[in-house]
Amino acid sequence: MRHLLSIADLSSTQAIQILDTAEELSRVSDGPMKKLPTLRGRTIVNLFAEDSTRTRISFEAAAKRLSADVINFSAKGSSVSKGESLKDTAQTLQAMGADAVIIRHSASGAAQRLADSQWMTGSVINAGDGTHEHPSQALLDAFTIRKNLVHGANDLTGIHVAIVGDIIHSRVARSNVLLLTKLGAHVTLVAPPTLLPTGVESWPVAISYDFDSVIENVDVVMMLRIQLERMSELFFPNAREYSHYFGLNRDRLKRMKPTAIVMHPGPMNRGLEITADSADSARSVILQQVTNGVTVRMAVLYLLLAGSQELKVQL
Amino acid sequence: MSLALPAPDMDRAITRISHEILERNSGSDSITLLGIPTRGAHLAARLAAKIEAIEGNPVQCGTLDITLHRDDLRMRPPRALMPTAIPTLGVENRNVILVDDVLFSGRTIRAALDALGEIGRPASVQLAVLIDRGHRQLPIRADYVGKNLPTSLAQIIKVQFTELDGQDAVTLEEGAL
Repeated sequence: MRHLLSIADLSSTQAIQILDTAEELSRVSDGPMKKLPTLRGRTIVNLFAEDSTRTRISFEAAAKRLSADVINFSAKGSSVSKGESLKDTAQTLQAMGADAVIIRHSASGAAQRLADSQWMTGSVINAGDGTHEHPSQALLDAFTIRKNLVHGANDLTGIHVAIVGDIIHSRVARSNVLLLTKLGAHVTLVAPPTLLPTGVESWPVAISYDFDSVIENVDVVMMLRIQLERMSELFFPNAREYSHYFGLNRDRLKRMKPTAIVMHPGPMNRGLEITADSADSARSVILQQVTNGVTVRMAVLYLLLAGSQELKVQL
Repeated sequence: MSLALPAPDMDRAITRISHEILERNSGSDSITLLGIPTRGAHLAARLAAKIEAIEGNPVQCGTLDITLHRDDLRMRPPRALMPTAIPTLGVENRNVILVDDVLFSGRTIRAALDALGEIGRPASVQLAVLIDRGHRQLPIRADYVGKNLPTSLAQIIKVQFTELDGQDAVTLEEGAL
Protein backbone atom coordinates (compact mmCIF):
# COMPACT_ATOMS: atom_id res chain seq x y z
CA MET A 1 0.00 0.00 0.00
CA ARG A 2 1.51 3.32 -1.05
CA HIS A 3 -1.43 5.68 -0.81
CA LEU A 4 -4.60 5.86 1.20
CA LEU A 5 -7.12 7.23 -1.26
CA SER A 6 -10.38 5.48 -0.52
CA ILE A 7 -11.85 2.70 1.55
CA ALA A 8 -12.93 1.07 -1.70
CA ASP A 9 -9.24 0.29 -2.41
CA LEU A 10 -8.68 -1.44 0.92
CA SER A 11 -9.21 -5.14 1.56
CA SER A 12 -10.73 -6.10 4.89
CA THR A 13 -7.36 -7.63 5.88
CA GLN A 14 -5.61 -4.31 5.22
CA ALA A 15 -8.27 -2.42 7.16
CA ILE A 16 -7.92 -4.79 10.11
CA GLN A 17 -4.15 -4.42 9.96
CA ILE A 18 -4.54 -0.65 10.27
CA LEU A 19 -6.90 -1.06 13.23
CA ASP A 20 -4.57 -3.58 14.94
CA THR A 21 -1.58 -1.30 14.43
CA ALA A 22 -3.58 1.57 15.91
CA GLU A 23 -4.45 -0.64 18.87
CA GLU A 24 -0.76 -1.14 19.67
CA LEU A 25 0.01 2.53 19.07
CA SER A 26 -2.76 3.60 21.44
CA ARG A 27 -0.88 1.87 24.24
CA VAL A 28 2.13 4.01 23.41
CA SER A 29 0.00 7.16 23.38
CA ASP A 30 -1.33 6.26 26.83
CA GLY A 31 2.20 6.01 28.22
CA PRO A 32 4.25 8.81 29.75
CA MET A 33 6.39 9.41 26.65
CA LYS A 34 4.26 10.09 23.62
CA LYS A 35 6.94 10.64 21.05
CA LEU A 36 8.39 7.85 18.93
CA PRO A 37 11.45 8.16 16.68
CA THR A 38 9.92 6.07 13.89
CA LEU A 39 9.49 8.69 11.12
CA ARG A 40 12.44 10.90 12.00
CA GLY A 41 13.64 12.80 8.93
CA ARG A 42 10.44 12.30 6.92
CA THR A 43 8.58 15.35 5.71
CA ILE A 44 4.80 15.33 5.62
CA VAL A 45 2.78 18.12 4.02
CA ASN A 46 -0.74 18.94 5.13
CA LEU A 47 -2.31 20.34 1.97
CA PHE A 48 -5.71 21.64 2.98
CA ALA A 49 -7.65 23.38 0.24
CA GLU A 50 -10.80 23.27 2.33
CA ASP A 51 -11.47 24.27 5.95
CA SER A 52 -10.81 21.74 8.65
CA THR A 53 -9.94 21.77 12.32
CA ARG A 54 -9.82 18.28 13.67
CA THR A 55 -8.57 16.36 10.63
CA ARG A 56 -5.66 18.70 10.03
CA ILE A 57 -4.68 18.94 13.68
CA SER A 58 -5.16 15.21 14.11
CA PHE A 59 -2.85 14.37 11.20
CA GLU A 60 -0.37 16.93 12.45
CA ALA A 61 -0.39 15.45 15.98
CA ALA A 62 -0.04 11.94 14.55
CA ALA A 63 2.92 12.90 12.37
CA LYS A 64 4.62 14.76 15.21
CA ARG A 65 4.23 11.86 17.63
CA LEU A 66 6.12 9.76 15.10
CA SER A 67 8.80 12.51 14.88
CA ALA A 68 8.08 13.46 11.25
CA ASP A 69 8.45 17.07 10.14
CA VAL A 70 5.12 18.64 9.27
CA ILE A 71 4.51 21.50 6.88
CA ASN A 72 1.05 23.00 6.97
CA PHE A 73 -0.29 24.43 3.80
CA SER A 74 -3.74 25.87 3.53
CA ALA A 75 -5.27 27.34 0.41
CA LYS A 76 -6.06 30.57 2.17
CA GLY A 77 -2.93 32.67 2.41
CA SER A 78 -1.03 30.63 -0.20
CA SER A 79 -0.54 30.91 -3.93
CA VAL A 80 -3.59 28.68 -4.46
CA SER A 81 -5.70 31.77 -3.80
CA LYS A 82 -3.70 33.47 -6.59
CA GLY A 83 -4.86 30.72 -8.95
CA GLU A 84 -2.00 28.23 -8.75
CA SER A 85 -3.09 24.84 -10.04
CA LEU A 86 -2.95 21.58 -8.11
CA LYS A 87 -0.24 20.42 -10.50
CA ASP A 88 2.05 23.36 -9.80
CA THR A 89 1.44 23.07 -6.08
CA ALA A 90 2.24 19.35 -6.15
CA GLN A 91 5.40 19.86 -8.16
CA THR A 92 6.53 22.55 -5.74
CA LEU A 93 6.02 20.19 -2.83
CA GLN A 94 7.91 17.45 -4.67
CA ALA A 95 10.80 19.81 -5.28
CA MET A 96 10.90 20.54 -1.56
CA GLY A 97 11.19 16.83 -0.83
CA ALA A 98 7.83 15.90 0.67
CA ASP A 99 7.61 12.20 1.55
CA ALA A 100 3.84 12.32 1.89
CA VAL A 101 1.02 14.72 1.14
CA ILE A 102 -2.17 14.71 3.14
CA ILE A 103 -4.76 16.36 0.95
CA ARG A 104 -8.19 17.79 1.65
CA HIS A 105 -9.92 19.23 -1.39
CA SER A 106 -13.41 20.30 -2.35
CA ALA A 107 -13.22 18.38 -5.65
CA SER A 108 -14.08 14.68 -5.51
CA GLY A 109 -11.14 12.69 -6.87
CA ALA A 110 -8.47 15.29 -6.10
CA ALA A 111 -6.40 12.81 -4.07
CA GLN A 112 -6.67 10.17 -6.79
CA ARG A 113 -5.54 12.70 -9.39
CA LEU A 114 -2.52 13.58 -7.29
CA ALA A 115 -1.61 9.90 -6.78
CA ASP A 116 -2.04 8.91 -10.43
CA SER A 117 -0.12 11.85 -11.81
CA GLN A 118 3.65 11.85 -12.13
CA TRP A 119 3.72 15.21 -10.35
CA MET A 120 5.15 13.79 -7.19
CA THR A 121 6.62 10.53 -5.94
CA GLY A 122 5.55 10.57 -2.29
CA SER A 123 2.56 8.90 -0.68
CA VAL A 124 -0.84 10.56 -0.96
CA ILE A 125 -3.34 10.39 1.87
CA ASN A 126 -6.89 11.47 1.23
CA ALA A 127 -8.19 13.61 4.09
CA GLY A 128 -11.53 14.21 2.40
CA ASP A 129 -12.28 14.92 -1.25
CA GLY A 130 -15.55 16.68 -2.06
CA THR A 131 -18.47 14.35 -1.43
CA HIS A 132 -16.47 11.24 -2.33
CA GLU A 133 -14.54 9.73 0.58
CA HIS A 134 -12.88 10.43 3.91
CA PRO A 135 -11.08 7.15 4.62
CA SER A 136 -9.20 8.05 7.81
CA GLN A 137 -12.47 9.17 9.42
CA ALA A 138 -14.10 5.82 8.61
CA LEU A 139 -11.09 3.96 10.01
CA LEU A 140 -11.21 5.87 13.26
CA ASP A 141 -14.97 5.30 13.50
CA ALA A 142 -14.52 1.56 12.96
CA PHE A 143 -11.72 1.59 15.55
CA THR A 144 -13.95 3.38 18.08
CA ILE A 145 -16.81 0.95 17.48
CA ARG A 146 -14.50 -2.03 17.82
CA LYS A 147 -12.98 -0.69 21.04
CA ASN A 148 -16.35 -0.04 22.65
CA LEU A 149 -18.51 -2.89 21.44
CA VAL A 150 -16.46 -5.78 20.10
CA HIS A 151 -14.74 -8.10 22.54
CA GLY A 152 -12.55 -10.87 21.23
CA ALA A 153 -13.10 -10.56 17.47
CA ASN A 154 -11.09 -8.30 15.19
CA ASP A 155 -13.91 -7.27 12.83
CA LEU A 156 -17.41 -5.84 13.37
CA THR A 157 -19.59 -8.87 12.61
CA GLY A 158 -23.01 -8.59 14.23
CA ILE A 159 -22.83 -4.85 14.99
CA HIS A 160 -25.77 -2.80 13.74
CA VAL A 161 -24.97 0.81 12.87
CA ALA A 162 -27.44 3.56 11.98
CA ILE A 163 -25.99 6.48 10.01
CA VAL A 164 -28.40 9.35 10.36
CA GLY A 165 -28.76 12.63 8.52
CA ASP A 166 -27.17 14.35 5.58
CA ILE A 167 -26.03 11.29 3.62
CA ILE A 168 -26.05 12.97 0.21
CA HIS A 169 -23.32 15.48 1.06
CA SER A 170 -21.35 13.20 3.35
CA ARG A 171 -18.06 11.64 2.35
CA VAL A 172 -17.90 10.32 5.92
CA ALA A 173 -21.07 8.32 5.26
CA ARG A 174 -19.72 6.91 1.99
CA SER A 175 -16.45 5.79 3.52
CA ASN A 176 -18.21 4.41 6.57
CA VAL A 177 -20.75 2.41 4.57
CA LEU A 178 -17.91 0.82 2.61
CA LEU A 179 -15.71 0.09 5.60
CA LEU A 180 -18.32 -1.01 8.15
CA THR A 181 -19.99 -3.42 5.72
CA LYS A 182 -16.56 -4.69 4.63
CA LEU A 183 -15.87 -5.49 8.29
CA GLY A 184 -19.16 -7.36 8.66
CA ALA A 185 -21.38 -4.73 10.31
CA HIS A 186 -24.99 -4.17 9.29
CA VAL A 187 -25.65 -0.56 8.28
CA THR A 188 -28.98 1.29 8.14
CA LEU A 189 -29.10 4.75 6.61
CA VAL A 190 -31.71 7.02 8.15
CA ALA A 191 -32.58 10.26 6.36
CA PRO A 192 -35.37 12.08 4.60
CA PRO A 193 -35.50 11.00 0.91
CA THR A 194 -34.14 14.40 -0.15
CA LEU A 195 -30.90 13.78 1.74
CA LEU A 196 -30.22 10.36 0.21
CA PRO A 197 -28.11 10.22 -2.96
CA THR A 198 -29.40 8.72 -6.19
CA GLY A 199 -28.33 5.12 -6.57
CA VAL A 200 -28.40 4.49 -2.84
CA GLU A 201 -30.57 1.39 -3.50
CA SER A 202 -27.48 -0.34 -4.85
CA TRP A 203 -25.46 0.25 -1.67
CA PRO A 204 -25.11 -2.73 0.68
CA VAL A 205 -27.30 -1.07 3.33
CA ALA A 206 -30.86 -0.89 4.62
CA ILE A 207 -32.68 2.44 4.26
CA SER A 208 -35.22 3.94 6.59
CA TYR A 209 -37.11 7.24 6.61
CA ASP A 210 -38.23 6.72 10.19
CA PHE A 211 -35.59 7.26 12.90
CA ASP A 212 -37.95 6.16 15.69
CA SER A 213 -38.43 2.68 14.24
CA VAL A 214 -34.65 2.14 14.00
CA ILE A 215 -33.31 3.65 17.22
CA GLU A 216 -34.23 0.78 19.53
CA ASN A 217 -32.49 -1.87 17.44
CA VAL A 218 -29.04 -0.44 16.80
CA ASP A 219 -25.72 -0.66 18.64
CA VAL A 220 -24.33 2.55 17.17
CA VAL A 221 -26.05 5.79 16.24
CA MET A 222 -23.80 7.83 14.01
CA MET A 223 -25.16 11.34 13.56
CA LEU A 224 -23.97 13.36 10.56
CA ARG A 225 -23.61 17.08 10.35
CA ILE A 226 -26.12 18.93 8.22
CA GLN A 227 -23.71 20.50 5.72
CA LEU A 228 -25.32 23.85 5.21
CA GLU A 229 -22.31 25.09 3.20
CA ARG A 230 -22.94 22.46 0.53
CA MET A 231 -26.68 23.08 0.34
CA SER A 232 -27.58 25.33 -2.53
CA GLU A 233 -31.24 24.34 -2.49
CA LEU A 234 -33.82 23.46 0.09
CA PHE A 235 -33.53 19.85 1.32
CA PHE A 236 -35.99 20.09 4.22
CA PRO A 237 -38.70 22.59 5.15
CA ASN A 238 -36.99 24.02 8.22
CA ALA A 239 -34.49 23.19 10.94
CA ARG A 240 -37.12 22.56 13.61
CA GLU A 241 -38.90 20.00 11.51
CA TYR A 242 -35.63 18.25 10.69
CA SER A 243 -34.64 18.11 14.37
CA HIS A 244 -38.05 16.77 15.28
CA TYR A 245 -37.90 13.85 12.87
CA PHE A 246 -34.19 13.13 12.47
CA GLY A 247 -32.41 14.79 15.39
CA LEU A 248 -31.01 12.91 18.37
CA ASN A 249 -32.64 14.18 21.56
CA ARG A 250 -33.13 13.07 25.15
CA ASP A 251 -36.27 11.11 24.33
CA ARG A 252 -34.60 9.06 21.58
CA LEU A 253 -31.46 8.63 23.69
CA LYS A 254 -33.53 6.91 26.39
CA ARG A 255 -34.91 4.38 23.94
CA MET A 256 -31.51 3.19 22.75
CA LYS A 257 -30.15 -0.24 23.77
CA PRO A 258 -28.36 -0.08 27.15
CA THR A 259 -24.94 -0.66 25.55
CA ALA A 260 -25.48 1.49 22.45
CA ILE A 261 -23.16 4.41 21.72
CA VAL A 262 -23.58 7.81 20.04
CA MET A 263 -21.04 9.01 17.47
CA HIS A 264 -20.59 12.19 15.47
CA PRO A 265 -17.69 12.97 13.14
CA GLY A 266 -17.81 16.66 14.11
CA PRO A 267 -18.12 19.55 13.86
CA MET A 268 -21.57 19.37 15.45
CA ASN A 269 -24.50 21.66 14.88
CA ARG A 270 -25.74 21.46 18.44
CA GLY A 271 -29.51 21.81 18.50
CA LEU A 272 -29.93 20.77 14.85
CA GLU A 273 -28.95 17.13 14.31
CA ILE A 274 -28.03 16.48 17.94
CA THR A 275 -29.09 18.16 21.17
CA ALA A 276 -26.41 19.35 23.58
CA ASP A 277 -27.42 16.88 26.29
CA SER A 278 -27.19 13.93 23.85
CA ALA A 279 -23.77 15.06 22.67
CA ASP A 280 -22.53 15.31 26.25
CA SER A 281 -24.27 12.18 27.57
CA ALA A 282 -22.52 9.11 28.93
CA ARG A 283 -23.32 7.23 25.72
CA SER A 284 -21.47 9.74 23.60
CA VAL A 285 -18.03 8.64 22.39
CA ILE A 286 -17.51 11.79 20.32
CA LEU A 287 -14.37 12.86 22.19
CA GLN A 288 -13.03 9.29 22.10
CA GLN A 289 -13.37 9.53 18.32
CA VAL A 290 -11.05 12.54 18.35
CA THR A 291 -8.47 10.75 20.53
CA ASN A 292 -8.68 7.61 18.42
CA GLY A 293 -8.29 9.74 15.30
CA VAL A 294 -4.72 10.52 16.25
CA THR A 295 -3.75 6.88 16.86
CA VAL A 296 -5.47 5.62 13.70
CA ARG A 297 -3.69 8.29 11.66
CA MET A 298 -0.40 7.34 13.30
CA ALA A 299 -1.06 3.76 12.17
CA VAL A 300 -1.73 4.93 8.61
CA LEU A 301 1.42 7.05 8.52
CA TYR A 302 3.47 4.22 10.02
CA LEU A 303 2.23 1.65 7.50
CA LEU A 304 2.65 3.99 4.53
CA LEU A 305 5.93 5.65 5.43
CA ALA A 306 8.00 3.58 7.83
CA GLY A 307 8.93 0.84 5.37
CA SER A 308 11.13 1.14 2.33
CA GLN A 309 9.81 2.86 -0.78
CA GLU A 310 10.65 -0.03 -3.10
CA LEU A 311 9.00 -2.74 -1.05
CA LYS A 312 5.89 -0.81 -0.33
CA VAL A 313 3.79 -2.50 -3.01
CA GLN A 314 2.13 -4.83 -0.58
CA LEU A 315 0.97 -3.80 2.84
CA MET B 1 19.84 -28.92 9.41
CA SER B 2 21.37 -29.91 12.73
CA LEU B 3 19.96 -29.87 16.23
CA ALA B 4 21.93 -27.36 18.29
CA LEU B 5 19.96 -27.70 21.49
CA PRO B 6 17.46 -30.54 22.05
CA ALA B 7 14.43 -30.03 24.31
CA PRO B 8 15.94 -31.38 27.57
CA ASP B 9 19.07 -29.22 27.18
CA MET B 10 16.91 -26.20 26.39
CA ASP B 11 15.00 -26.78 29.62
CA ARG B 12 18.25 -27.17 31.59
CA ALA B 13 19.58 -23.90 30.14
CA ILE B 14 16.36 -22.09 31.13
CA THR B 15 16.62 -23.55 34.65
CA ARG B 16 20.23 -22.43 34.97
CA ILE B 17 19.47 -18.90 33.75
CA SER B 18 16.63 -18.69 36.27
CA HIS B 19 18.99 -19.55 39.10
CA GLU B 20 21.60 -17.09 37.84
CA ILE B 21 19.01 -14.31 37.69
CA LEU B 22 17.94 -15.06 41.27
CA GLU B 23 21.51 -15.22 42.50
CA ARG B 24 22.55 -11.96 40.90
CA ASN B 25 19.45 -10.05 42.04
CA SER B 26 19.18 -11.69 45.47
CA GLY B 27 15.74 -13.13 44.86
CA SER B 28 12.82 -12.17 42.64
CA ASP B 29 11.37 -9.15 44.48
CA SER B 30 13.18 -6.49 42.50
CA ILE B 31 13.10 -8.05 39.02
CA THR B 32 10.86 -7.41 36.03
CA LEU B 33 11.20 -9.71 33.02
CA LEU B 34 10.44 -8.13 29.65
CA GLY B 35 10.37 -10.47 26.64
CA ILE B 36 10.87 -9.14 23.12
CA PRO B 37 8.12 -10.57 20.87
CA THR B 38 7.66 -13.07 19.46
CA ARG B 39 9.97 -15.72 20.85
CA GLY B 40 11.64 -13.60 23.51
CA ALA B 41 8.18 -13.18 25.05
CA HIS B 42 7.74 -16.95 25.21
CA LEU B 43 11.17 -17.38 26.71
CA ALA B 44 10.38 -14.71 29.33
CA ALA B 45 7.19 -16.56 30.27
CA ARG B 46 9.18 -19.79 30.67
CA LEU B 47 11.76 -18.07 32.86
CA ALA B 48 9.02 -16.45 34.95
CA ALA B 49 7.30 -19.81 35.50
CA LYS B 50 10.60 -21.39 36.51
CA ILE B 51 11.48 -18.56 38.92
CA GLU B 52 8.00 -18.68 40.45
CA ALA B 53 8.43 -22.41 41.03
CA ILE B 54 11.79 -21.87 42.73
CA GLU B 55 10.84 -18.86 44.86
CA GLY B 56 7.17 -19.59 45.42
CA ASN B 57 5.89 -16.09 44.72
CA PRO B 58 4.76 -14.37 41.51
CA VAL B 59 7.23 -12.65 39.20
CA GLN B 60 6.68 -9.44 37.22
CA CYS B 61 6.75 -10.51 33.57
CA GLY B 62 5.67 -8.66 30.43
CA THR B 63 6.51 -7.95 26.79
CA LEU B 64 8.21 -5.04 25.05
CA ASP B 65 7.73 -4.44 21.33
CA ILE B 66 10.67 -2.67 19.75
CA THR B 67 9.43 -2.31 16.15
CA LEU B 68 8.94 1.46 16.33
CA HIS B 69 12.52 1.92 17.51
CA ARG B 70 14.27 -0.28 14.95
CA ASP B 71 17.01 1.31 12.86
CA ASP B 72 16.27 -0.85 9.81
CA LEU B 73 12.63 0.16 9.31
CA ARG B 74 13.42 1.92 6.06
CA MET B 75 15.08 -1.12 4.57
CA ARG B 76 12.10 -3.46 4.83
CA PRO B 77 8.37 -3.47 4.20
CA PRO B 78 6.29 -2.20 7.11
CA ARG B 79 6.18 -4.64 9.99
CA ALA B 80 3.17 -5.49 12.09
CA LEU B 81 3.38 -4.12 15.61
CA MET B 82 3.43 -6.65 18.44
CA PRO B 83 1.90 -6.17 21.88
CA THR B 84 3.74 -4.31 24.61
CA ALA B 85 2.52 -5.31 28.07
CA ILE B 86 4.29 -3.69 31.02
CA PRO B 87 3.56 -5.50 34.31
CA THR B 88 1.74 -3.69 37.13
CA LEU B 89 4.79 -2.38 39.00
CA GLY B 90 6.18 -0.74 35.86
CA VAL B 91 9.91 -0.42 35.24
CA GLU B 92 10.74 2.54 37.47
CA ASN B 93 13.55 1.53 39.87
CA ARG B 94 13.18 -2.15 38.97
CA ASN B 95 15.93 -4.47 37.84
CA VAL B 96 14.66 -5.04 34.33
CA ILE B 97 15.78 -8.16 32.52
CA LEU B 98 15.33 -8.02 28.77
CA VAL B 99 14.74 -11.46 27.30
CA ASP B 100 15.29 -12.49 23.68
CA ASP B 101 15.78 -15.81 21.96
CA VAL B 102 18.90 -15.11 19.89
CA LEU B 103 21.55 -12.41 20.36
CA PHE B 104 23.08 -11.56 16.98
CA SER B 105 24.00 -8.05 15.79
CA GLY B 106 22.83 -6.42 19.03
CA ARG B 107 20.59 -3.99 17.15
CA THR B 108 17.39 -5.42 18.58
CA ILE B 109 18.71 -4.86 22.09
CA ARG B 110 19.76 -1.29 21.25
CA ALA B 111 16.19 -0.66 20.05
CA ALA B 112 14.86 -2.33 23.21
CA LEU B 113 16.95 0.00 25.39
CA ASP B 114 15.47 2.97 23.54
CA ALA B 115 11.94 1.60 23.90
CA LEU B 116 12.55 0.98 27.60
CA GLY B 117 13.80 4.53 28.06
CA GLU B 118 10.43 5.81 26.83
CA ILE B 119 8.63 3.90 29.55
CA GLY B 120 10.73 4.81 32.57
CA ARG B 121 14.05 4.63 34.34
CA PRO B 122 14.90 1.17 35.65
CA ALA B 123 17.44 0.70 38.44
CA SER B 124 19.37 -1.59 36.10
CA VAL B 125 18.90 -3.38 32.80
CA GLN B 126 20.20 -6.90 32.26
CA LEU B 127 19.98 -9.14 29.23
CA ALA B 128 19.09 -12.82 29.06
CA VAL B 129 19.25 -14.78 25.79
CA LEU B 130 18.90 -18.44 24.94
CA ILE B 131 21.50 -18.39 22.16
CA ASP B 132 24.42 -16.05 21.60
CA ARG B 133 25.55 -16.54 18.03
CA GLY B 134 28.21 -13.82 17.86
CA HIS B 135 28.67 -11.27 15.03
CA ARG B 136 27.93 -8.25 17.20
CA GLN B 137 27.74 -4.89 15.41
CA LEU B 138 27.28 -2.87 18.61
CA PRO B 139 28.99 -2.90 22.02
CA ILE B 140 26.35 -5.07 23.68
CA ARG B 141 26.73 -8.32 25.63
CA ALA B 142 24.36 -10.64 27.45
CA ASP B 143 24.37 -11.15 31.24
CA TYR B 144 22.78 -14.60 31.00
CA VAL B 145 23.37 -16.93 28.06
CA GLY B 146 21.78 -20.34 27.51
CA LYS B 147 24.37 -21.45 24.99
CA ASN B 148 27.14 -19.77 23.04
CA LEU B 149 26.86 -20.99 19.48
CA PRO B 150 29.64 -19.85 17.15
CA THR B 151 28.09 -19.49 13.67
CA SER B 152 28.95 -18.27 10.22
CA LEU B 153 26.88 -15.39 8.83
CA ALA B 154 25.32 -17.77 6.30
CA GLN B 155 23.85 -20.03 8.95
CA ILE B 156 20.30 -19.61 10.21
CA ILE B 157 19.37 -20.30 13.82
CA LYS B 158 15.78 -21.24 14.62
CA VAL B 159 14.48 -21.36 18.17
CA GLN B 160 11.27 -23.35 18.50
CA PHE B 161 8.78 -23.33 21.37
CA THR B 162 6.04 -25.93 21.85
CA GLU B 163 3.39 -23.17 22.09
CA LEU B 164 4.29 -21.89 18.63
CA ASP B 165 6.07 -24.63 16.74
CA GLY B 166 4.89 -27.87 18.32
CA GLN B 167 8.25 -28.70 19.89
CA ASP B 168 11.09 -27.27 21.93
CA ALA B 169 14.37 -27.16 20.02
CA VAL B 170 17.12 -24.95 18.64
CA THR B 171 18.23 -25.84 15.13
CA LEU B 172 21.04 -24.67 12.92
CA GLU B 173 20.55 -24.49 9.14
CA GLU B 174 23.04 -23.83 6.41
CA GLY B 175 21.71 -20.93 4.38
CA ALA B 176 22.95 -19.01 1.38
CA LEU B 177 24.81 -15.85 2.28
